[in-house]
Amino acid sequence: MFTTVTLSLLEGFLGTLKLFVLTLVFSLPLGLVISFGSMSKNPVLRLPVRFIIWVVRGTPLMLQLLVIFYGPGIFLGNNLWGSGATGRFTAALVAFVFNYACYFSEIFRGGIQSIPKGQHEAAAVLGLTKSQAFFKIILLQVVKRIVPPISNEVITLVKDTSLARVIAFYEIIWEGERFIKSSGIIWPLFYTGVFYLVFSGLLTLLFGFIEKKLDFFK
Amino acid sequence: MAILEVENITKGFENTEILKGISFDLEKGKTLTIIGRSGSGKTTLLRCLNFLETPDSGTIKVNGEVLFDGKNPSSSEKELREKRLHFGMVFQQFNLFPQYTALENVVLAPGLLNPEKDKVQILVEGKAILSKMGLLDRMDNYPHQLSGGQQQRVAIARALALKPDILCFDEPTSALDPELTGEVLKVIKDLSRQETTMIIVTHEIEFAKDVSDEIIFMDDGIIAEKGSPRQVIDSPQNERTRQFLLNYHT
Repeated sequence: MFTTVTLSLLEGFLGTLKLFVLTLVFSLPLGLVISFGSMSKNPVLRLPVRFIIWVVRGTPLMLQLLVIFYGPGIFLGNNLWGSGATGRFTAALVAFVFNYACYFSEIFRGGIQSIPKGQHEAAAVLGLTKSQAFFKIILLQVVKRIVPPISNEVITLVKDTSLARVIAFYEIIWEGERFIKSSGIIWPLFYTGVFYLVFSGLLTLLFGFIEKKLDFFK
Repeated sequence: MAILEVENITKGFENTEILKGISFDLEKGKTLTIIGRSGSGKTTLLRCLNFLETPDSGTIKVNGEVLFDGKNPSSSEKELREKRLHFGMVFQQFNLFPQYTALENVVLAPGLLNPEKDKVQILVEGKAILSKMGLLDRMDNYPHQLSGGQQQRVAIARALALKPDILCFDEPTSALDPELTGEVLKVIKDLSRQETTMIIVTHEIEFAKDVSDEIIFMDDGIIAEKGSPRQVIDSPQNERTRQFLLNYHT
């Protein structure tokens, strides 16, 4: 039984992992783009972006999942996501990417705005372009400052992936819960917690390592 | 001919006039020091020369070329970058890039601005400048591993690496402990002897007297008095200059 459960949970965890990795891959760069929008001097860009961030951060991710999954079918009369597991996964991914990008954008904004003005001015008087200044001088200092809050969000993401079950995305808790109905046992559900603990433990180590790597400057 | 001609520069921030018409010339190879109370506009003037602020009116010419004309102030980012390179700037807070070593701080901009230039050549020149600052043995240290005086000398090396026509210092020793100011002032004095064209904003009156070819006393956005160190420091004509110097008298 233990082996059956383990294999089954592993399969569910693979779904969790796929959602987790792809969410990070897309939401981190998108978050940077959104943060530039939210810092724009042009209110036509800044205000809508800030409004979207407010809505996304101000409503539950579970609600966003439902709206994004069912919304196109209801409002456009056309199920954008296609049928089957792939469609549900795509919808879940879009919801997660959008949600996390907004949170990341605020972390990026805080990090970028915390860099002293003198760094930008020193780059300017040395004749660097704005993009040279950002990528060669500002970015790494921002990264160093935002590693702790980003690691918080990333570890939250590991656990948030379980919300995708509301649109029937098969992740690990879904798999664990099946055994209650099929075999009348509840321990597989607790067993899923071990997966989460081990994975977030590994992430904690990884972020600790990154922090240490960036310790060479202050 | 004057290397720098500044004419009638004005600058205000939200209804407060900071600079009320500043005009002066600077000869090549000379050292000009600007003294005055906090808030008299010294730093704003330097920032205008480095295009960190845009003057409201007036003209700035370097080698006869008009870099800024208040009647036609707009210029593209690219033009602005080229104009800035006539000036070097050393900040009160050093503003070194913390993730780069001393040498990397010095060679970063020369490398980025001349991508076709030989990297080894740039490194050799960078080391030569650091060695002139007495910092060759610290070239692989990061800024946080250096004392304030050493950091400021790296900042001077970084500015010199781009060979500016005019090197500006904005209170270069104000953020330093008293025992560290000497090493920075000595470096500036050496540069002055080697006929580097410099504009120095400072509160170190004795140093100003020692190093300057000319001193400007700024007061409330205007040049209240201008002349040789002997004239301005030893026999000031303006009552405000006299009052100001009383705070320092030795």
